[in-house]
Amino acid sequence: MTGPTPKPLRPPLLRVAGLRKSFGTNLVLDDLDLDVAEHSCVVLIGASGSGKSTLLRAVDLLEEVDDGVIELRGVDLADPWVDANAARARMGMVFQSYNLFGHMSVLANVTLAPRLVHGRTKEEAEAAAVAMLERVGLGDKITAYPDQLSGGQQQRAAIARALVNGPELLLLDEVTSALDPELVGEVLDLLAELRAEGTTMLVATHEMGFARQAADLVCFLDGGRVLESGPPEQVLGAPEQPRTREFLARLHA
Amino acid sequence: MSGQWTPSQRALARAAYRRGRRRRSFLVALASTVVVAVLAFVVLVGSPGWDRAREAFFDPVEFVAVLPAVAQGLWLNLRVWVVAGVIAVVGGLALAVARTTTAPALFPLRAVVTIYIDVFRGVPVLLVLLLVGFGLPALRLPWLPITATFLGTLAIVLTYTAYLAEIFRAGIESVHPSQVAAARALGLTRGQTTRRVVVPQAVRAVTPALLNMIVALQKDSGLISILGAVDAIRAAEIAVSGSYNFTAYVVAGFLFLLISVPLTRLVDAYNARRGGRGVGAAMVGAIR
Ligand SMILES: Nc1ncnc2c1ncn2[C@@H]1O[C@H](COP(=O)(O)OP(=O)(O)OP(=O)(O)O)[C@@H](O)[C@H]1O
Ligand SMILES: [Mg+2]
Repeated sequence: MTGPTPKPLRPPLLRVAGLRKSFGTNLVLDDLDLDVAEHSCVVLIGASGSGKSTLLRAVDLLEEVDDGVIELRGVDLADPWVDANAARARMGMVFQSYNLFGHMSVLANVTLAPRLVHGRTKEEAEAAAVAMLERVGLGDKITAYPDQLSGGQQQRAAIARALVNGPELLLLDEVTSALDPELVGEVLDLLAELRAEGTTMLVATHEMGFARQAADLVCFLDGGRVLESGPPEQVLGAPEQPRTREFLARLHA
Repeated sequence: MSGQWTPSQRALARAAYRRGRRRRSFLVALASTVVVAVLAFVVLVGSPGWDRAREAFFDPVEFVAVLPAVAQGLWLNLRVWVVAGVIAVVGGLALAVARTTTAPALFPLRAVVTIYIDVFRGVPVLLVLLLVGFGLPALRLPWLPITATFLGTLAIVLTYTAYLAEIFRAGIESVHPSQVAAARALGLTRGQTTRRVVVPQAVRAVTPALLNMIVALQKDSGLISILGAVDAIRAAEIAVSGSYNFTAYVVAGFLFLLISVPLTRLVDAYNARRGGRGVGAAMVGAIR
């Protein structure tokens, strides 16, 4: 496989081992292993249908897996006796299609979980939400409804909604793929900023530019497992696996 | 800059042309309406039985004489409508939500709700009315009011609760699963997700259907007359049997129209304002 990676001093924030998930007869994740160290940015790449979204959803306990370990700080979340709601509350997920709540203003979207899940008062939640929305550049859209926002603005609102809870792990599923090229930049800039602040991120993306710039580790998913992983210069610049080379060649074609 | 706009010759010509077309459309519509109205009048008045029919159904003296009694009856219809409507909406929503629960302990609840909805949706209202109206009193339950109004309202509530539960269920199913995923990802429990994310969007999605049912309920409130409750229809019946003149029925119909036509227009206007916009967009209009 890849060259020697420095042994982490502490156990990783997220450890996925032997993960298996099938939909009917379609085996999507097959004995998949993946570690995400604290304060690192791990980028998942792979062909459409290779299971990137499924992996992220499994980690966020939105899919029940067939087998394997999903450890967050040493606690296996795949165990059915673990409080899944509490586990989800510790992670933030941003979906490819934003999934903002259409019947709520941007502010209500962002304050919902702090108030309902994290026990914040209305005032606390609103203050934190306004600060977060200003941070993502939506200070003037607080009272707007999702359908009044551009795609990039909706995506940034969705990121604010996930970030406001101070997640230990941020899961991002192709957060730019539904955006016009001009809007991709504004979202990627925001992610690069979060990365610089040390937010732990697991990101599925087709944006190789982002992977090259922000990733500590790039994982190429193929055949239900991580076929190749390593620093971006290595996986994207000099891939060892023929499948990885094929994938990258097709992407650049 | 744009405030300084003086329409070009071309724009003025177009506006004039459009005005001309509008005037023409109006005149065509007016002419065809007059022709149809005259034809209808000629056919009606020229029919052999017209004189007798006019006396039996459109007697102005009788109209004025029975109006107070029938209007008094209509007041009962309106009260039944409001009470039954409120209970059926609240009950229907509760049943629809009950069906979405997953807790094993609630299985009996889900089963009962499903059977209830199947039964009351599948039986004609009239039959429910007769069974409740004549069946329940036979049980001689001491705590059960057995007035015709109470039993009639109960029958309507039972039926409409089932109808509305089905409408709400369709609404709940129309909420995209990604909305649920987003809520769960934030750590919301199943119940919180249902209450805060699914139900509000479901209700907005089915508001047009809901309003149509409410209008239908207003008319069906007249069914309680079958049990002898003195509503507008029963009041008219009483008047007719006293005078052998059917004008009272026309009065009752007239009064029902007086309520239901504006109501229907209102509902149509509301639905049109929402337009074909999606669930999310529709909610925006409703909130502001
Ligand atoms: N809910 C589901 N039911 C059945 N099959 C599913 C479901 N979700 C995903 N799959 C299947 O799992 C496989 C992996 O899908 P997934 O969405 O994880 O791919 P992906 O890598 O995210 O692709 P993309 O880059 O196009 O987003 C696909 O073959 C897909 O058809
Ligand atoms: Mg995907």
